[in-house]
Amino acid sequence: MMADKPQDRSLSRRKLFQGLGAVAITAAVLPQCVQSDSSQSAAKEYKPTFFTQNEWTFIQAATARLIPHDELGHGALEAGVPEFIDRQMNSEYARGALWYMQAPFQPDAPSTLGYQLRLVPRDIYRLGIKAANQYVQQIHHKSFDQLSADLQDLMLKDFESGHAQFNDVPSKTFFSFLLQNTREGFFSDPVHGGNKGLVGWTLIGFPGARADFMDWVDRNEAYPLPPVSINGQRG
Amino acid sequence: MVASLKKTNVVVVGFGWAGAIMAKELADAGLNVVALERGVMRDTATDGAYPTSIDELTYNVRKKLFLNLSRETVSIRHTITDTASPYRVLGAFLPGEGVGGAGLHWSGVHFRVDPIELRLKSHYTEKYGAQIIPNGMTIQDFGVSYEELEPYFDFAEKVFGTSGSAWSVKGQVVGNQRIEGSFGGNFFSPDRSSEFPLAAQKNTVSAQLWGKAAESLGYHPYNMPSANTSGPYTNPYGCQMGPCNFCGFCSGYACYNYSKASPNVNILPALRLLPNFELRPQCHVLKVNLSEDKKTATGVTYIDPKGQEVFQPADIVIISMFQFNNVRMMLLSGIGQPYDPVTNTGVVGKNFAYQNMATIKAYFDKDVHANPFIGAGGNGIAIDDFNADNFDHSQVGFVGGSPFWVNQAGVKPVSGISLPAGIPAWGSAWKKGVADYYAHTISMDCHGAHQSYRDNYLDLDPTYRDAYGQPLLRMTFDWQDNDIKMNQFMVGKMQGIAQAMNPKSISISGKKVGDHFDTVSYQTTHMNGGAIMGTDRQTSALNRYLQSWDVHNVFVPGASAFPQGLGYNPTGLIAALSYWSAHTIRDKYLKNPGPLV
Repeated sequence: MMADKPQDRSLSRRKLFQGLGAVAITAAVLPQCVQSDSSQSAAKEYKPTFFTQNEWTFIQAATARLIPHDELGHGALEAGVPEFIDRQMNSEYARGALWYMQAPFQPDAPSTLGYQLRLVPRDIYRLGIKAANQYVQQIHHKSFDQLSADLQDLMLKDFESGHAQFNDVPSKTFFSFLLQNTREGFFSDPVHGGNKGLVGWTLIGFPGARADFMDWVDRNEAYPLPPVSINGQRG
Repeated sequence: MVASLKKTNVVVVGFGWAGAIMAKELADAGLNVVALERGVMRDTATDGAYPTSIDELTYNVRKKLFLNLSRETVSIRHTITDTASPYRVLGAFLPGEGVGGAGLHWSGVHFRVDPIELRLKSHYTEKYGAQIIPNGMTIQDFGVSYEELEPYFDFAEKVFGTSGSAWSVKGQVVGNQRIEGSFGGNFFSPDRSSEFPLAAQKNTVSAQLWGKAAESLGYHPYNMPSANTSGPYTNPYGCQMGPCNFCGFCSGYACYNYSKASPNVNILPALRLLPNFELRPQCHVLKVNLSEDKKTATGVTYIDPKGQEVFQPADIVIISMFQFNNVRMMLLSGIGQPYDPVTNTGVVGKNFAYQNMATIKAYFDKDVHANPFIGAGGNGIAIDDFNADNFDHSQVGFVGGSPFWVNQAGVKPVSGISLPAGIPAWGSAWKKGVADYYAHTISMDCHGAHQSYRDNYLDLDPTYRDAYGQPLLRMTFDWQDNDIKMNQFMVGKMQGIAQAMNPKSISISGKKVGDHFDTVSYQTTHMNGGAIMGTDRQTSALNRYLQSWDVHNVFVPGASAFPQGLGYNPTGLIAALSYWSAHTIRDKYLKNPGPLV
């Protein structure tokens, strides 16, 4: 990938230091070292309350591939996506409290009829990470975080396509939750623990909670103001 | 032992738009009105407070204002021989819950109706011959005309503070004015008795570019009627609204700015002041109680917030819940004969219909600034050249029509970013994709009408129960040939407009032959039918005043009364029919309670 080229390292490093807050700077390391170094610094800042250390290592390594740190700047790790997901695991969403969860379950119903498993997101992560680690161990005799970026991507593609056979949760289902929650952590308001430094919104030009565009409605021009969060942080 | 409360004149079950309108109009007539809402109390000051209300994760993604499925949902199957599965996680449709119902979190697209859609079967039969209606299609006439409803459309717009451009008022064409960025009224719309209460809103860059492309092809673009205010407004009830500032947090949110019409902003503040009105949230109605001869309702039984079962006696019962809950309440209470698709008998549950959507995304270079975060839920530019029967149906092979539009309602980063084909879903290429395309994508919709069929219907599920032990409603529903044909025709026409905008590329989301109803991805929450109105008690559950044919003191307003789906969004017609029904109760029923037909 492009960020591994030497000239891109300096570029991304320079971009990192431009206009980004203290949180982001702690993660400003060379792309090759991002996974291990950042996970160490992030671990110091945030202690997971749901994920075990093993699971936490997987979440950090996997989300760093789903939204990588590259020449366009920060990725999932710098945005605090692992923290976001861990915090979400303690929400009513992750406990399935807003879903209809009465039996009988029909896990083989057509996919057009929607989610039909008896697992809630907490179960999907717990069982999914365990199965993912077993799958990687069997093939590569290493844990996921010890693989090169390219091999990690290949493993994630096996989960995404459902090619990887997991016992208790379909690998495709596990991957879809991981990807969806990773995007949420990159793009939702920092009040939920992700999108630190508003890096997700800055990347795409979303102005966040500004929520008043009366004088820009009919202008075919780029919106000029940087994003702002619910708590008043600016990107 | 069920506790019995003091009798009231009217009990309203469900406090969304229909419930709020009925409650206000009947309380204004001097009746004592009790409204029961299964969900929690909701208001702008609490649920719409800036800036915590501007939070995509909490509202759009975790769906805070929508139905909590853990307590009740529906089950769904595609055909009559399948086993239904519960709708366990919200997807294709998002019913409301709580005070304001879906009227609190809707977008604000506020149409009337194309007059021919109120007499769809008669119109098609007269113009094209009965053979144009395919076997198994069960479209009917509403039994009420546009002319009869016009005063109520007019009043509802004044209550909602609707912004728009009229085409003709009292026979005079007024809407053919084109000013910079504005496209005037809808050439195809029927006559009106007055202008919109507010002028049309500004138009986004996306809508303007699309409108110009549509015009270049000879179509007739117009400003969409929007229940988002173009200026400050006070409605006939004395409720006040502030000007919409295009914040883009409409659908799925309680408008922090008092700019989007809702029962909470436009009706409840006035209703609260009336001593003869009482609103009881968190009261879950189990059934409508009937007299021994089953000809009248005696009141309703509900579970109060403590969990106690109570009986509320009433002279008149208004069932004004979400579309499918109205049908379920009738089935649970034994009001009307349940529909059986095998014998084609019965009426409650028949003619369940939806919306036949397709979407095209057009992707542009960085010189086109769609700024998709700017938006208002009801705002946009539309054409009706392919809506209703505004084009010749004799050779197209389907029944129905579709408005097209760019309705930029505020695109959010978690749920709203669409990418051209070929860009992966994650990794650096995805990241580059979202950076390149988020601000430079224009989305347009065919908002097609959906017809009713003998095999698409609602009944009670034999297996699944809600949190109170009552059977869930079961939907038996799938797309039919007519739907697929229409969808493909509309996509072809809209694709021409998309190409006329000269995008880098487009992506199309439409229906293919063999596609089944997909409950996972959001389509619309515009569900219709199941407790339909009409002129014949053999083929409809309600008469033309929304009164039950069988139990004369039960009235059932809502989209459940539509015999088939409209091209437009349903809220405008729901509101007008509710006013029509309420005024008939006031003017006729109260003087002589009994069947109105």
